Amino acid sequence: MTKEELIQPANIVYEKPHLLNDEPMHYCPGCSHGMVHKLVAEIIEEMGLEGNTIGVCPVGCAVFAYRYIDIDWIEAAHGRAPAVATAVNRMWPDHLVFTYQGDGDLACIGTAETIHALNRGENITVIFINNAIYGMTGGQMAPTTLVGMKTSTCPYGRQTDLHGFPLQITQIAASLAGTCYVTRQAVHTVAAINRTKKAIRKAFENSLQHKGCSFVEVVSTCNAGWKMPPEKANEWMEENLFKAYPLGDLKDQNIKD
Amino acid sequence: MEEEIVLLKGNEAIAHAAIRCGCDGFFGYPITPQSEILETLALEKPWETTGMVVLQAESELASINMIYGGGATGKRVMTSSSSPGIALMQEGITYMAGAEIPGLIINVQRGGPGLGTIQPSQSDYIQATRGGGNGDYNNIVLAPATVQEMADFVDLGFELAFKYRMPVMMLSDGVIGQMMEKVKLPAFKARLTREQIEERYPWAASGRRGGQKPRVFSSLDLDPAVMEQHNKDLQEKYELIKREEVRCEMTRCEDADIVIVAFGSAARISRKAMEMCREKGIKVGIIRPITLWPFPTNEIKQLAKTCKKFLCVEINAGQMIDDIRLAVEGSRPVSFYGRCGGMVPTPDEIEKAIIECQNS
Repeated sequence: MTKEELIQPANIVYEKPHLLNDEPMHYCPGCSHGMVHKLVAEIIEEMGLEGNTIGVCPVGCAVFAYRYIDIDWIEAAHGRAPAVATAVNRMWPDHLVFTYQGDGDLACIGTAETIHALNRGENITVIFINNAIYGMTGGQMAPTTLVGMKTSTCPYGRQTDLHGFPLQITQIAASLAGTCYVTRQAVHTVAAINRTKKAIRKAFENSLQHKGCSFVEVVSTCNAGWKMPPEKANEWMEENLFKAYPLGDLKDQNIKD
Repeated sequence: MEEEIVLLKGNEAIAHAAIRCGCDGFFGYPITPQSEILETLALEKPWETTGMVVLQAESELASINMIYGGGATGKRVMTSSSSPGIALMQEGITYMAGAEIPGLIINVQRGGPGLGTIQPSQSDYIQATRGGGNGDYNNIVLAPATVQEMADFVDLGFELAFKYRMPVMMLSDGVIGQMMEKVKLPAFKARLTREQIEERYPWAASGRRGGQKPRVFSSLDLDPAVMEQHNKDLQEKYELIKREEVRCEMTRCEDADIVIVAFGSAARISRKAMEMCREKGIKVGIIRPITLWPFPTNEIKQLAKTCKKFLCVEINAGQMIDDIRLAVEGSRPVSFYGRCGGMVPTPDEIEKAIIECQNS
């Protein structure tokens, strides 16, 4: 029996979004990126927005996001996605413009661009994948690396006297007058995935309604960088990352009323 | 609105020319001696008339990356800065070259290195003409010598940027930026609509409609064979530009024994020195490169057949002189006169340099 014979339209209970193409993803098995990509593609498709959407991808693991989701994309220099998205949205004010960035990109090299785009209340959505490590370059210390957590550039664990403290960028985002919606989610369970989907959808709606900047953090796994099997990485995330970065909404208000 | 003749500073002329030539957005950061560009735009508030966006960015790094994003949408976007700020922008300029994104960058130069001075200079010549960022790339460099050219080169810069899908730099300096002159501003040109942009620039990111191929702007490819081909394509484009886009102005070169090569402010001051020397019977001419890249190599090579000597005059320690020597290929002596660190040569100093050149 072929795949086509086996899968009859009448029997289909689940389909991946059409905007998510068949290109094999370069992400490691167990990584959260694949799930967030799927949600982004699904929401754009459900909202019928592909003709008016421009994504801005980062430097980091999601550098090739444009290979997987069939929309118009601009690949930004490291950390500059919010500046790029600012101009794209100012040029196409009625488009959905979003950035998709990791912790090194958004909270380290691009801190200035992040804070100022948020503070200007740009009508964009910022999707922030926080896995507390630099994945693409091979597991170096990130601004969000936990105290005591080992990485290739803090092999004895992050020490506050040497490396300072984990940066609470999402709390900073919530404190800025230009953000209308700041939330922290995860994709480690079906329920969490559903909540993240609702959050991203709400953020996209805010952007289209010109409500200000929406910021969706997804606390994520990097099992390769953390050197753990996927299941263990999920457990470790729940036990450790969720304590430093608790899930839930930090801010939800209409700032432009 | 029609053409208009007004008295303006060079920096102000750029702002007015931008509004009139259908510019969609300006993204900049204050720095002396070019802040009047952003200030004039803010005062004119074109967002209420033409719909042009004016935004003060948090840094030059942000403003150049805004140009990167805005240019990718097929819109006419520009930024301006002065030397230390332009140094910071090199990241975005090389990304624009790599991803083939059009945009206009204005450098109203001041003296360096480092924070240097707020006084005029031409010391960013090498950075501007060699592609100041990483990788093998070039961008067109226009060198205005008058307030009129400051205005005219805004539209020209955009035309060239979109013709070749590349960043174009206008390399001005603090003299022309701050100087007031009579200038004819062009008639208003409408900004393009989404439909016009999609028709003219099908490569532009405007949202993927009706099953189109997604437009992706990236300068990255991990396959070195693909990246080499991309580089070859860029080089082919640069060769085409070298053949098609060289611009220069020659004055009294026909019978000249000494040809001065100077651009921008240095060319204006040299022109006065040339007139002083002509009165004394010294046969001097000037070639003024208007495009610094592509450089008028062939034009200078031709002059080497008729003149005896070249004198390069720059407001720096000697940068363009390398390009002159490459053009002349040792067939004629090339002397140099320049001031740097914010000092500007006088006609008398240049006249002396011409006489020394003649006697050497």
